[in-house]
Amino acid sequence: MSIKIEHLSYVYSSGTVYEQHALKDVNLELPDGQFIGIIGHTGSGKSTLIQHLNGLLKASSGTIYYNGENIYAEGYSMKQLRSKVGLVFQYPEYQLFETDVFTDVCFGPKNLGLEQEEIERRAKEALQMVGLGEEYYKVSPFELSGGQKRRAAIAGILAMEPEVLVLDEPTAGLDPRGRDDILEQVARLHRERKITVILVSHSMEDVARYVERIIVMNRGEVMFDDTPRRVFHHYKELEAVGLAAPQEIYLMNELAALGWDVDTDASTAGEAADSIAACLRKM
Amino acid sequence: MGIIRATKLAFDYLKLDENGNVESRQRAVDGVDLDVQAGDFIAILGHNGSGKSTLAKHINALLLPSEGTLYVDGKNTQDESKLWEIRQSAGMVFQNPDNQIIGTIVDEDVGFGPENMGVPQQEIWERVEKSLRSVGMWEYRSHSPNRLSGGQKQRVAIAGVVAMRPKCIVLDEPTAMLDPNGRREVIATVRELNQKEHVTVILITHYMEEVIDADRVFVMDDGKIVMQGAPHEVFARVEELKSYRLDVPQATLVTHRLREQGFDLPPDILSNEELVDALQKYRAEHENAAGAARTQ
Repeated sequence: MSIKIEHLSYVYSSGTVYEQHALKDVNLELPDGQFIGIIGHTGSGKSTLIQHLNGLLKASSGTIYYNGENIYAEGYSMKQLRSKVGLVFQYPEYQLFETDVFTDVCFGPKNLGLEQEEIERRAKEALQMVGLGEEYYKVSPFELSGGQKRRAAIAGILAMEPEVLVLDEPTAGLDPRGRDDILEQVARLHRERKITVILVSHSMEDVARYVERIIVMNRGEVMFDDTPRRVFHHYKELEAVGLAAPQEIYLMNELAALGWDVDTDASTAGEAADSIAACLRKM
Repeated sequence: MGIIRATKLAFDYLKLDENGNVESRQRAVDGVDLDVQAGDFIAILGHNGSGKSTLAKHINALLLPSEGTLYVDGKNTQDESKLWEIRQSAGMVFQNPDNQIIGTIVDEDVGFGPENMGVPQQEIWERVEKSLRSVGMWEYRSHSPNRLSGGQKQRVAIAGVVAMRPKCIVLDEPTAMLDPNGRREVIATVRELNQKEHVTVILITHYMEEVIDADRVFVMDDGKIVMQGAPHEVFARVEELKSYRLDVPQATLVTHRLREQGFDLPPDILSNEELVDALQKYRAEHENAAGAARTQ
């Protein structure tokens, strides 16, 4: 049970002067239940990649297997794939359109052709998962705060009960607490539901804090695919392609250069502080 | 007198019923006093819905105060006859570069503002060149904006505002949609405009690292200014900031964790450099103390 991507390539504007390889021979295996981060600068191909995962874009060449089945095979149900792989776009709150929050969240499951009772059960559960209580059910989505709107939009995807949840920049434009709230809720979903979560993010600190595996995209290719510690170890190469490491990595490397015996791969504030504290205690 | 001066500024969003009667009102800015000196770099922090964008929209008279007054470059924003002068004094840059770029070629887009102001043709081109150079985008003058990166687009948007020669630029979360590189580019551009061209900058952001170099930081909550001071003063109050749904720079957070573990480091550290210096000093003092203890 997994997503397997083999030799995936995608060409934009094929056959014109603007022809551009957005993805070049991408090979990845995304096993069930992982919490994966995808990073890359604007135009690196990360959004193109995730749009392939639920069949919104069709590869120019290569194959994607979902649970062992080729999604490009004749007769494969894209509709079903899209209910399994839930994609939360950037600024999903722009896609809220119903008159109240509850109806909006019901829209997805309703389209799956479920019974009314099941639709409502799922909507309630999804809203509960993102922390929007009953007092919000009848509120117009447009009266919610930025963070609440975003959570309502994520609930709309969760109500489809996906096996894989893909989030494209879910925290862009949110204040620090709103950002933490959403990421904590996603992390909890991952823990409790054991669903696969794929997080596309520009925030290296967020990625370092939550994911177990980082895929770095550059010019349409996979540049690194490893644990956060090992990926951020290459912070100089990341900078060269327009990315960065979490601030802590720079701090630890500066200290190490001055002769401190610290963990140069510490990528969160907690890890960094503990490593420095251990050094200070030895003095 | 400062270039921007607000006195007891308040703003209510009104909800109207079908007949246009006021159904309810919500206070978004509540009694704000603000005095910004020309050439200052000011940062405004606050959670979503704290009122910072509403306040920002007053500075170029997109919104007018419900109560209190706001003077921009000596002009009262309530004075309709001064509206265009005010908008010329204070330019705005928004979050999404795609919503701000209208030209099909970079230099045409930047020339749009001065052209609308009736600047003579020759001077328009001079201004376009100067502003594109000031944001480092001159080489891209004949490119199509839609093939630029997010950071580049945002710099073109800033150039478009700079070409109108404002005394003050208000940037409302200009980096929220950008990758780390784009963020660096935009913030470096803004700092340079402030330092070299002495443009007054008001930066609204959720990224704490971006405000370390500001002259003053204001924190808004529930429409009011609840904290203000130099970045060192404001960020030393970690718990208070958290209570307003905000954060501190990563280096400050690491320092805070170390202080919690009992290490006596200064509470107002903002950057990696400062933390490294403080740790070096701490180590030197301890080694001296240990050395002194041994010689006794």
